[in-house]
Amino acid sequence: MKVSITVNGKLYVRDIEPRMLLVNFIREELGLTGTNVGCDTSQCGACTVHMDGRAIKSCTCFAVQADGRQVTTIEGMASGDTLHPMQEAFWEKHGLQCGFCTPGMIMATTAYLKDHPNPTEAEIRHALDGNFCRCTGYQNIVAAVKTAAEKVGA
Amino acid sequence: MCPASFDYHRPASVAEAVQLLSRPGAKALAGGHSLIPAMNLRVAQPGELVDIGRLDVLRGIRVDGNRLIIGALSTHAQIAASPEVQKHCAALATACSTVGDPAVRNWGTIGGNLAHADPASDPPTVVLACDAVIHTQGENGQRAIKAADFFVDVFTVDLQPGELITSIEIPSQSHRRMAYVKLPHPASRYAVVGVCVSMHTSGGVCDQIAIAVGGATAKATRATGAQSALLGSLLEAEALEAAAIAISADIGDQAVSDIYANATYRRAMAGVLLKRAVKAL
Ligand SMILES: Cc1cc2nc3c(=O)[nH]c(=O)nc-3n(C[C@H](O)[C@H](O)[C@H](O)COP(=O)(O)OP(=O)(O)OC[C@H]3O[C@@H](n4cnc5c(N)ncnc54)[C@H](O)[C@@H]3O)c2cc1C
Ligand code: FES
Ligand code: FES
Repeated sequence: MKVSITVNGKLYVRDIEPRMLLVNFIREELGLTGTNVGCDTSQCGACTVHMDGRAIKSCTCFAVQADGRQVTTIEGMASGDTLHPMQEAFWEKHGLQCGFCTPGMIMATTAYLKDHPNPTEAEIRHALDGNFCRCTGYQNIVAAVKTAAEKVGA
Repeated sequence: MCPASFDYHRPASVAEAVQLLSRPGAKALAGGHSLIPAMNLRVAQPGELVDIGRLDVLRGIRVDGNRLIIGALSTHAQIAASPEVQKHCAALATACSTVGDPAVRNWGTIGGNLAHADPASDPPTVVLACDAVIHTQGENGQRAIKAADFFVDVFTVDLQPGELITSIEIPSQSHRRMAYVKLPHPASRYAVVGVCVSMHTSGGVCDQIAIAVGGATAKATRATGAQSALLGSLLEAEALEAAAIAISADIGDQAVSDIYANATYRRAMAGVLLKRAVKAL
């Protein structure tokens, strides 16, 4: 089936099988491998991207469902050499170790901050319910989100 | 992971969707947050998927007289944030705000949730406590099904092949106080046990009450013994204790055991959650 999907501002028209998951479209068709697959079972959030501005687990969405929609992946967050404030905050606060969960963490938390610009620590932890990190113990991730919220709010 | 192949359809109307769904092996796709995980594991292998996700007539939340009407495609996030739901069925807003995680709430729909009827789901418990009506459209026209008749068994509801849920109608609970309290699974957030209470009191005496429990049994269940224990009481400690014992008995040998919790634990937790729910009113 022919689909037209805008990813990071660029329109891609492709002929794909309906069973292709959005995450495979992004990684294999477009070669954008920043979006990771952790669990394949909708649990870990490593594959989180934005679809029409809202966070979605791209392993739990067929690419045909994204037809005509706007998708943003981690590759679309920085403008040129200027990192997104959330990326900068993860760097500053050491919000990662191996980095595998990080693209999903950044996509989930940037979508969350749009609706909740001033979250408490407890709210940030609740918002991260769907994103698992096997390295950091979350402490520095929460600190990074708090810092990013302050930066954006400032 | 890769689901088995299927033909994909994107109907432009409910009538067209119903027609496509009447074919053998066809299945509706709404938010995909129960169906796609099952297809990824190849537990489900529908030959045709009918994507109803763009049928805007199935969206929207409105109040009609003293009834709250929720379109089947309303997402958990939309329901949780809706002032109409918060006013007329506060416990449904609470239940939907505790479903899974933000991404699941952004895309999972109430229609898909009720049709899927996972025993560990949250919304069915509230829908049952409120005596809601499920509106459907199928090849043979429309039906209005009482929640008490709709849920049949594990993953089994009273829907004919090809029949779609169009909306959920809930009698306004705004004159009552409501609570939904759950024990979430630590990873998935599904309800290990969930309890919904909708209650009216006058002069401190409980004169109307509905209690439903989910997660603990194959399908959401009304706790009639616990309702009787609280009806006419002042909600004093003894009445709450009696209701907690009664709700365990209401579930009785219907309580399920799985790798996460055994039946005895689920019965005990239903009592604990009922007391918490009444205190939260
Ligand atoms: C990680 C994760 C955690 C979750 N945690 C929870 C939780 O804590 N609590 C909870 O309650 N749920 C939870 N869920 C399930 C979630 O609520 C699902 O979104 C919901 O059960 C299905 O809705 P959907 O729109 O995604 O349906 P789909 O997956 O698209 O469809 C599900 C089934 O319903 C059918 N269907 C869909 N719409 C209709 C309709 N209008 N009429 C008739 N049939 C229809 C489909 O054919 C399919 O059989 C979780 C899911 C995930 C992935
Ligand atoms: S890979 Fe999508 S949630 Fe884990
Ligand atoms: S940094 Fe390794 S999984 Fe999160």
